[in-house]
Amino acid sequence: MNTPAPGAEDAIREQKPLVERRLHPVTPFRRAWAPVAVVAGWAVHDPNQAQEQLTRLTTTALLIGLAVIVPAAALYGFLSWWFTHFAVTETELRIRTGLLFRRTAHIRLDRLQAVDVTQPLLARVAGVTKLKLDVIGTDKKDELAYLGEDEARALRAELLARAAGLAPETAHEVGEAPVRQLLHVPAGFLAVSLVLTGATWGSLAAALVVPPFLWFATHSVWTVLATGVPLLGAAGASSVGRFVGEYDWTVGESPDGLRIDHGLLDRTHETVPPGRVQTVRIVEPLLWRRRGWVRVELDVAGSSNSVLVPVAPREVAESVIARVLPGVTVPSALSRPPRRAWWCVPLWWRGYGLAVTDTVFAARHGLLRRRLSLVPHAKVQSVRLTQGPWERFRGVADIHVDTGANHTVTARLRDAAEAAELLQAQADRSRTGRREARPDRWMA
Amino acid sequence: MDTGSAETAGNTVGSTATEPVWTGLPPGLLRMRRLLLVVWLGLLTIVLGVLLAVFAGAVWAAFALLPFALLVWGWGMLGRNWRSWRYAERADDLLISRGVLFREETVVPYGRMQLVEVTSGPVERHFGLASVQLHTAAAATDACIPGLDPTEAERLRDRLTELGEARSAGL
Repeated sequence: MNTPAPGAEDAIREQKPLVERRLHPVTPFRRAWAPVAVVAGWAVHDPNQAQEQLTRLTTTALLIGLAVIVPAAALYGFLSWWFTHFAVTETELRIRTGLLFRRTAHIRLDRLQAVDVTQPLLARVAGVTKLKLDVIGTDKKDELAYLGEDEARALRAELLARAAGLAPETAHEVGEAPVRQLLHVPAGFLAVSLVLTGATWGSLAAALVVPPFLWFATHSVWTVLATGVPLLGAAGASSVGRFVGEYDWTVGESPDGLRIDHGLLDRTHETVPPGRVQTVRIVEPLLWRRRGWVRVELDVAGSSNSVLVPVAPREVAESVIARVLPGVTVPSALSRPPRRAWWCVPLWWRGYGLAVTDTVFAARHGLLRRRLSLVPHAKVQSVRLTQGPWERFRGVADIHVDTGANHTVTARLRDAAEAAELLQAQADRSRTGRREARPDRWMA
Repeated sequence: MDTGSAETAGNTVGSTATEPVWTGLPPGLLRMRRLLLVVWLGLLTIVLGVLLAVFAGAVWAAFALLPFALLVWGWGMLGRNWRSWRYAERADDLLISRGVLFREETVVPYGRMQLVEVTSGPVERHFGLASVQLHTAAAATDACIPGLDPTEAERLRDRLTELGEARSAGL
């Protein structure tokens, strides 16, 4: 290699001092609840001993303890805040942190998959937000928590402008891109849709039936509590929790990409730049089908959020999908597996279906809760054909399409000859599809 | 082992549907696996036979035939499995086909490869073997060619990385 690596070249050119910034001064308090939680956890875990210890504590001991613990915690909080810096360069977001164990993360902006700005309830009260860049491999350590609200919004705009490939001189001045609203889910609609979901009632029924049953069987309060509380928690999470999380769901479109805002208590604002969506799934629960409602989920590499639309009429959802995956129409007619496939998967074989258009590979599965997955050809990482002994006996095979978000879409039980042909054709399509795909820097 | 299926796949979108040139695995892998099988199951047969003969009686020693039968069956199975493994380097993608009972065929476009690694454990090294493992952004891809000659493994790795660079595409 005669030419220096591009990184080194940048470093030489980039002699001007880097502007390093610190997080919002509220940050040290984010873990203030931790010692309280430890004490509370101990008290709940072992109530008798906790009471005994508490009675033995004198006021002076308590005061001395507080006099040591509070300044120590405050010092730790202050130092960890003081030693956390971040800076935005032309190509990277750099995070430098750590008091004893130093850690420096350089996140490449052209690898950016999505930007999440989240505001937990308490952070909303304090007027601060968290910002996280979704790049493959980043985790909780790489989020910027907390930033001031305006600062976070400006930083998001700047990061997206730089990731889009706008000129670096203007990148921090472009400001927020205008948003055009595509869809808003009214609260009443969302509530009705949750009432019509089997999982809500299933978890509620389990929470109401199992504890009394256990009481009759064991007559032990602890057993009932140990199973009842998690069951109630699950029931709450799948009904009220989902309502609160998906309240005021808004999907918008901007030059920066897709905007997804939601939440009643905790607000989340997600931005997915163009060309980052790997898979779109249309989910049709049994009770929604007569009303023609669907839920739309999406996969973005490195991102944890997976819902695009919690509930919407089919036509509306399809128009949103057409904006998310440009040029894609949701195929309506899917071909079923051959009749002889019932031998391999009795009854449920009817749920499988496949359609390949010139833009997407679409596979459906599920009989009661139908799920149709769409993968743009350009997002296919590899294609596999598998055939087990039963399937070979009946002359059918499965086609798996692997995407970059670690999600595999499977078209099951295709005719063996068709599957072999499909394997070759899909490999060709994904290769040619990629040539027409948009560049990573979508405005460059 | 070549089949005529590529001719029927000729009506694909703009592809040059030529018959892929399949390459099988060198016999070294089969030799290694069979040797390991004979060593372990042969040892088990002898130990079991001797122990049963000493502690339970000569008739019980017949149970030692069980691992021996497994050995004979495994000998044939390893041969079939080894014959089923093959790969083909095409103009734009790599094909790997394997399996007897559970068949699997993988197509990985060169532009999607993130990492190509050549690995070789102590036993493999003793037999002069190396494996090539391909990684794409999807963890499920699982494309591995075991038991190659080390020079062939290195040639394949270099060729794949070269082709991958030329046709590179992001996520």
